[in-house]
Amino acid sequence: MSLSEVFRQRTQPLTKMGSSFSQLSKSVRYSIIGILIVAFYAAPYWIKVPGLKWIINTPGTSFENVLTDQIMIFVLVALGLNVVVGLAGLLDLGYVGFYAVGAYTTAIITSAHGSLPWLAAIPIGIAVSMVAGVILGAPTLRLRGDYLAIVTLGFGEIIRITANNTEWLGGPRGISNIKRPPSIGPLKFGVLNAKPYWYLGFTIILIVIFLLRRLERSRVGRSWAAVREDEDAAELMGVDTFKFKLWAFAIGAAIGGIAGVLYAGKVGFINPDNFQLQLSILFLSAVVLGGTGNMYGAIMGGFVVAWMPERFRNFSEQRYFVFGVVLVLVMVFRPQGIIPRRSAAAGISQKGESNV
Amino acid sequence: MSSSSALLEVRDLHVFYGKIEAIKGISFSINEGEVVSLIGANGAGKTTTMRTISGVRPVAQGNIFFEGEDITKLAPHDRVARGICQAPEGRGIFPGMTVRENLEMGTYIRGYKSNHKAQDLEHVLTLFPRLRERITQFGGTLSGGEQQMLAIGRALMSRPRLMLLDEPSMGLAPMLIAQIFQIVKQINSEGISVLMVEQNATQALRTAHRGYVLETGNVVKTGTGHDLLHDPAVREAYLGG
Repeated sequence: MSLSEVFRQRTQPLTKMGSSFSQLSKSVRYSIIGILIVAFYAAPYWIKVPGLKWIINTPGTSFENVLTDQIMIFVLVALGLNVVVGLAGLLDLGYVGFYAVGAYTTAIITSAHGSLPWLAAIPIGIAVSMVAGVILGAPTLRLRGDYLAIVTLGFGEIIRITANNTEWLGGPRGISNIKRPPSIGPLKFGVLNAKPYWYLGFTIILIVIFLLRRLERSRVGRSWAAVREDEDAAELMGVDTFKFKLWAFAIGAAIGGIAGVLYAGKVGFINPDNFQLQLSILFLSAVVLGGTGNMYGAIMGGFVVAWMPERFRNFSEQRYFVFGVVLVLVMVFRPQGIIPRRSAAAGISQKGESNV
Repeated sequence: MSSSSALLEVRDLHVFYGKIEAIKGISFSINEGEVVSLIGANGAGKTTTMRTISGVRPVAQGNIFFEGEDITKLAPHDRVARGICQAPEGRGIFPGMTVRENLEMGTYIRGYKSNHKAQDLEHVLTLFPRLRERITQFGGTLSGGEQQMLAIGRALMSRPRLMLLDEPSMGLAPMLIAQIFQIVKQINSEGISVLMVEQNATQALRTAHRGYVLETGNVVKTGTGHDLLHDPAVREAYLGG
């Protein structure tokens, strides 16, 4: 038996889990979901659990900061990028651009050119990123595959370079004194305690998961699936492919924007260097590693890509080497990702996916 | 606007691929209830014509009328909504969707609230018993012939007025070819008009009421299926003498 088969069998339970889960009775399912939600809200305390501590340990940085500054952001972004890449099958290499738009919008309206509260940045950040998504999508979504990837790659760079060269946006110095989320009772959003940010971020992640599940099972979700599977055939079956691709871009952009709003509210200071091209690549790695087209795969991928470099910080210079080796190994032995989409698990590849 | 009572009328159609003129001013029509065949060799422009009628290829010059309405500039999905549905050439199915999901995509244009979906599914599965056996399989795991059936079945699910069949017999075993043309006749007997593009000219002309012969972007001959089948020039060029 080849090594890859061994790996596939070992990870088979993950694939099967989904189908056997839906066969459980409603009350059992809801209790499991409830327990999982509580467990994830308690994530900052995982580091106190003896066995778990050894696994998730993040030397050099406190786990709760890794959780809020890295994992929370990557999970959200992976969820959003999965809409574009995984559901609609559009390769976007400039996704960091939307994340930057969300963060910069927050910085502008709460610090640089306004004094609105952080909460106002949520709707405004979403709206501005969605508009950015439509502005990028409308002229470029007529392109396919590699061409689209190159144009989006350029978009991400345009955003960063524009921020770098525009005094109004703080230039290379960036923008500081970004407002933090308002305190709710005992939850104080300060510098010292990162836990409240996780509670807030995880709540937003839950809302996004809930909305995306609804969307995926709707007519919009079916349209995306058809576009991803075969754009020509989708068109011939009456799918307004352009409209739904644009929707995928807009919704993906909105989620990326929320991640940016959260990030800006947590760190309080942003500059163009926070939005390098390599982030786009890492975001895409998260989606592909986790399992393109599967929301839970994207979450898993976001977690792994955000956490692993911190886990191996002791390796100092070599930690990205370890990270790279892990990425390569997963892709060799499980090319469909850790938790693949149903059809990918069955070994069916889509036409549009050859470019990913 | 269109003076004739044709279901579909193509008037002086020109289509380009870059600078190459693939279709050089062809005209033809399909009447309600007819099966019409376009035959011709590779590169004659058959598939291009189909794609242009579906709206996936833009028209350089000329007009397409459907039930008297000029649809030349309509988007593909608007044409499907008017009742033109194409079963694309070869493997134009959704490989990562199950057979059932593929067929359900056929009803996409009718919206969620439309009735008779179960009935239509049953009808298609009766027409293609093979698809019933494969109902939970992914489209991508089907054989070429089964995928072809799936594409036709999916188009039927949209309840079209006009069905466009692009090379329905391509790559199929002889027994399956006969079966596919039998099904085309049955679909037609249910009141659906059919425009069919074929390289298998004998079978296509036997099935069709009328036919058009395409050669390098032009219509060079037209007549009833029977007449074309017995036309010496056509026999020479397309039917192997």
